[in-house]
Formats: sequence, C-alpha cells, structure tokens
Amino acid sequence: MKSAVIVFPGSNCDRDLSTALELVTGRKPEMVWHRETELPNAIDFIGVPGGFSYGDYLRSGAMAARSPIMRAVSDAAGRGVPVIGICNGFQVLTEAGLLPGALMRNAALKFVCREVPLRIENSQSLFTASYDAGEEIAFPVAHHDGNYQADEGTLDRLEGEGRVAFRYLDEVNGSARRIAGILNDSGNVLGLMPHPERVVEPAHGRTDGRRLFEGLLETVGA
Amino acid sequence: MKARVFITLKNGVLDPQGKAIHHALEGLGFSGVNDVRAGKLIELDLADGTADAAIEDMCRKLLANTVIENFRIERLEDA
Repeated sequence: MKSAVIVFPGSNCDRDLSTALELVTGRKPEMVWHRETELPNAIDFIGVPGGFSYGDYLRSGAMAARSPIMRAVSDAAGRGVPVIGICNGFQVLTEAGLLPGALMRNAALKFVCREVPLRIENSQSLFTASYDAGEEIAFPVAHHDGNYQADEGTLDRLEGEGRVAFRYLDEVNGSARRIAGILNDSGNVLGLMPHPERVVEPAHGRTDGRRLFEGLLETVGA
Repeated sequence: MKARVFITLKNGVLDPQGKAIHHALEGLGFSGVNDVRAGKLIELDLADGTADAAIEDMCRKLLANTVIENFRIERLEDA
C-alpha cells in the first residue's frame, strides 16, 4: 500500500502518522507539501494529519482546505482513493466539503487532551474492518475544536446510512450525538477527532489504533 | 473602496464563546443581558468597482463557513 501524508504549515502529527503507516504497511509514506498540485503516482491511501495548520486562522482547517494540494486530494477521493483526516485533518476535510458538518469550539471551551473511550458503530467500512461492531476501544484526543455539529437532517442521514464510524462513550467536547468520526457517502473518506496513530505500539500503552491501519491495509491490499 | 464582512453564527448553532462572554458579563455584575453571540468582522480593501457578487463569492468560498455561519456585506465607500 503506497500512502501519502499531506503536510501543511503547522501540521504536527504528520510524522506520527507516517511512522504508524510505515510500521503497519512496511512502506514509508510520501510526505506531500501543501503547495504541490499533484499527488505522487499510484497512491493507494491519503492521510491528512493533525496539528494547527495555518495557526487555526479564520477557522480550524479553513486555510488548509484551500491549499493547492487539496484539489488533488478531492479528485483522488472522488476516484475512490481512501482518505483519512485525523483531528485537524478532520477539520480540513469538512472545510473542503469532503465531509458534512463542521467542527466547532469545544462546548466547555477547554482544550481536551486525554484518552477517551470510543464505540465502533460501523465495522463494515474500509477503515474499521478489523474491529467488531459495538466494540469499545480507546484513542487519545487532543483538540480545542472537536465539537461536531451538523443540522438534524444531516445527523439523521449519517446515522441512518451507517456513516457514524466512531462515537464517544462519554461527553468529551459537546459533539452532536457524541459523534467522534464520520464517513462520506461512498465510505472512502473518514474524518475523526481522536488519534489512532498515537496508539500503535505497546509502548504507547495500547495498540487500538494499529488495527485501523491493519484493517485498511487488508481491505486496500498490499 | 472598502467593505466590511460581518460573520455570525446561524441561529440555533451553539456558541460556546458567546456563552462564556455572557457568564463573564454576569460575573462583573451586568444584569439584563439576555444572550451573547460572538462573530467576526473582516475588513477588505478592494479595487474600486469590485462587484457585490465577487465579495459574496469570497464569503462563500473562504470567509464564512456557510454550514454554520451567515455573512453580511457592508460597502463603506465607493469610488
């Protein structure tokens, strides 16, 4: 599996994501600077990492979503290439219109930085195939703007179509229906606030996140 | 010419910042504040004759996230 990790000014989880992908796929991802207009050839997977792209100016993810490379990412997503947006990456994907809704300031106004329990709501997706439906896992979160909001119609549609992939078990940031991660309508784009790439080795305390990448590798193929 | 763009959260969208400001006002003893909503003001210095439609396009494509925000444009001076 040949993967690409997009790097914006202010990304800070790009190397963690790269390390996690290399660990699982055995191949070092291509790091793609945001000013590029094209992705490397034959990319099987794109990661949009966490961080504080453009210092969260205007709105979290707003500037990054308009970077030149995002047009190529949108095109690739349209062709069915799996794309994951983690934390700031999730914010970028909503701002780019690849995922519905918006991520607003945490309801309690505090930066939340801790491990949170999550439930796998859909184990049939490209990204969650290695988990069981209803399984409870935990990933760390570290965000100020993770409060997922969308109108009721959109939320109902996400729920009805099985596009809520991850849900918080507890109150974390005020997200509507405790949504932690969602899929696009074709199922090849996932955005989530928690960080799977931070729990991939036993030394991290748990390896729940490793399975996300392993499942992806299995469904996408080596 | 100059234009101001006012960006506000749509009705019904939770505004934690506005809420915190509201609490702080109450803490300072200001009573009678029913609600507070926080927004953004962006000032644009534009080429003379820039069409309204162009400014609206800027708002839709970048300045506002129309999923959660409304925008209002105010032209300050015209050449």
